[in-house]
Amino acid sequence: MGLSTFIGGVHPYEGKELSADKPIQVIQPKGELVFPVSQHIGAPAKPVVAKGDAVLVGQKIAEAGGFVSSPVICSVSGTVKGIEPRLTAGGAMVSSIIVENDGEYRTVPGFGEKRDHTALSKQEIRDIVREAGIVGLGGAGFPTSVKLTPKDDDAIDYVIVNGAECEPYLTSDYRVMMEQPERLIGGLKVMLQLFDKAKGVIAVEENKPEAIKKLSELVKDEPRITVCPLKTKYPQGGERFLIYAVTGGRQINSSMLPADAGCIVDNVDTVVSIYNAVCESTPLIRRIITVTGDAVKEPQNFEVRLGTSYEELLEAAGGFKEEPEKMLSGGPMMGQALFSLHIPVMKTSSALTCFVKDPVAASPETACIRCGRCVEVCPGHVVPQMMMAAAERHDLALFEKLNGMECCECGCCTYICPAHRPLTQAFKEMRKAVMAERKKKA
Amino acid sequence: MNKLLNVSSSPHVRSGVTTKNIMYDVAIAMIPATVWGVMQFGLYSLLVVAATVLSCVLSEYVFEVLMKKPVTISDGSALVTGMILGLNMPPSIPIWMPVLGGVFSIIVVKQLYGGLGQNFMNPALAGRCFLLISFAGSMNSFIDPMTNAVSGATPLAVLKDGGSYDLAAMFLGKIPGTIGEISTLALLIGAAYLLAKKVISIRIPGTYILTFAVFAFIFGRQDLGYVLAEICGGGLIFGAFFMATDYVTSPITPKGQIMFGICLGILTGLFRLFGGSSEGVSYAIIFCNILVPLIEKVTLPTAFGKGGKKHGGK
Repeated sequence: MGLSTFIGGVHPYEGKELSADKPIQVIQPKGELVFPVSQHIGAPAKPVVAKGDAVLVGQKIAEAGGFVSSPVICSVSGTVKGIEPRLTAGGAMVSSIIVENDGEYRTVPGFGEKRDHTALSKQEIRDIVREAGIVGLGGAGFPTSVKLTPKDDDAIDYVIVNGAECEPYLTSDYRVMMEQPERLIGGLKVMLQLFDKAKGVIAVEENKPEAIKKLSELVKDEPRITVCPLKTKYPQGGERFLIYAVTGGRQINSSMLPADAGCIVDNVDTVVSIYNAVCESTPLIRRIITVTGDAVKEPQNFEVRLGTSYEELLEAAGGFKEEPEKMLSGGPMMGQALFSLHIPVMKTSSALTCFVKDPVAASPETACIRCGRCVEVCPGHVVPQMMMAAAERHDLALFEKLNGMECCECGCCTYICPAHRPLTQAFKEMRKAVMAERKKKA
Repeated sequence: MNKLLNVSSSPHVRSGVTTKNIMYDVAIAMIPATVWGVMQFGLYSLLVVAATVLSCVLSEYVFEVLMKKPVTISDGSALVTGMILGLNMPPSIPIWMPVLGGVFSIIVVKQLYGGLGQNFMNPALAGRCFLLISFAGSMNSFIDPMTNAVSGATPLAVLKDGGSYDLAAMFLGKIPGTIGEISTLALLIGAAYLLAKKVISIRIPGTYILTFAVFAFIFGRQDLGYVLAEICGGGLIFGAFFMATDYVTSPITPKGQIMFGICLGILTGLFRLFGGSSEGVSYAIIFCNILVPLIEKVTLPTAFGKGGKKHGGK
């Protein structure tokens, strides 16, 4: 009791014990590397290389396609084999730059050079973060440099590192906090340099006491940084609910940005990437990813170069123990179901989760009994039961009136529904339809 | 890989709570009251409950088969309706009446409106009220378990006429009444089970009983013993925990549930203290069932970030 949290939410089976104690293993890609030009929110990046070009580790192979966009950096050295549509985790074919790895990992000049961040100006830091191709690695993929550029730097009073990792089964953020806490704190210091009036808060769910202990120990002499333990509850790591918990009640709705509540929020691995880019001249070429689930032989956490195939991840984890019914990119609450592992690791890939049994297929939909559980658990304080009635009639106006656009698609309602109704799925479709309608009118 | 993979939209896990679990939990929670009723009134009362259960389940089965709809009797909802209806019957009622009540509850009140989740009145209560209006004599003929005499006068009727009451007998359940409503203790055991398993929340029964208590204290007698007797008698506990909490016919919004409980308390008070009958729980619940859409409309929650504490950057 007394721990910071939000109202609503659920407690799904955590499943983190499978991989929580497995140290991060570095794996090197074997085959070709695939770099989709759209692995962030915003305009797709524009390729700046062509078939046959030689590329180096750290070389920009696609540039930002607008202000809200992000460049793509090559993670290996080798030759560009071509630019063609490839399957991605979301199921879409996305134009991708294919690089043949020569296995030599030759780098661009200056790669990995140490840099003193205190000697840099705010603009220099933002430019480095932007050019490093850093986006939110928690899953949404919002370009970090845009997040770090609010209208008024002095209006920011919280820089929050999102270490909640509320998604079941995922342990990549936990491993980063355990193994690279200095880099995490270093990255936070770089961010704090941008916002003079802000305090830094590392927010961690209480189911990770070791990480809380370690980080608290390391920041005890840092006047501007504290560690904030949070109640373990899904979706505690959702940006809006994290802000609510850490700031003691500030609320933003779907049309506001964290900066509107005086906050900048970034995921653990993102903050480490900021450190790597600013202090060690290393752009975003790798990420930490968990390979887990009861179908995987040896669940593990890997440091992997972006563009590596999921097939290689599974192979590195020993393959399947048992054939899965369901494979996910991400965790069970928000992950995307996969029908092929022939997809690349992208900036937003947090996990490969494979389950022997698929509870969704085993739970057919029945009639709504109006039990109200969806209302109780909804962190967005909307009424999923009524929104579903609007969705069934495809009534966009009613859906909006019921604050359907405030739905964060966290899946709590669907998780708890005793009638197994596909609520979240319907809301995703309705939200897209409303968004499309708005675009048409504008 | 040989098997085909399943692909679906997130989330990919489920809590394990199902409609069936919930319905069976409600049925389990009514067992103490059923057992107590049968102990007091004899095996014939068990036959009455069995008759309503069978009548409800069979009605649902036959209707769904005739209408070529999927048969849903295994979800337990007809069983619960049958149990509630049976426990609402006087112990000496001719067996065909509860059977007819079960058919009415399921066919007219539930299935004709679209089946599970679509009825706007609690089927069991509507069935009871149907029988109350049609067969007032049989429905109001009660047995006193202490004397086994057909006395007709429930403690609340005695109270209304200014008579005295035995609070301990009322709490334990040694009074005339319907099969399932007499023992406050047995009902509270079942209610505790439902609360512990989070099948129901305290919002509706809590506000209902509290509001009624305040009403009875103000407009009845300013006497704690009297208020407690009013709470223990007339199926208020049964109604508050097992009938007013029916998901389908109560508000889905938390604030609405509180408002619903308050309305129930006031209406029950009005019916009991100013109306002709000494009971009133069934009619109060049925009436408030009709108010549910209105209550929900005015108690929609404020979406996160759409009100409450406003914070801009400083």
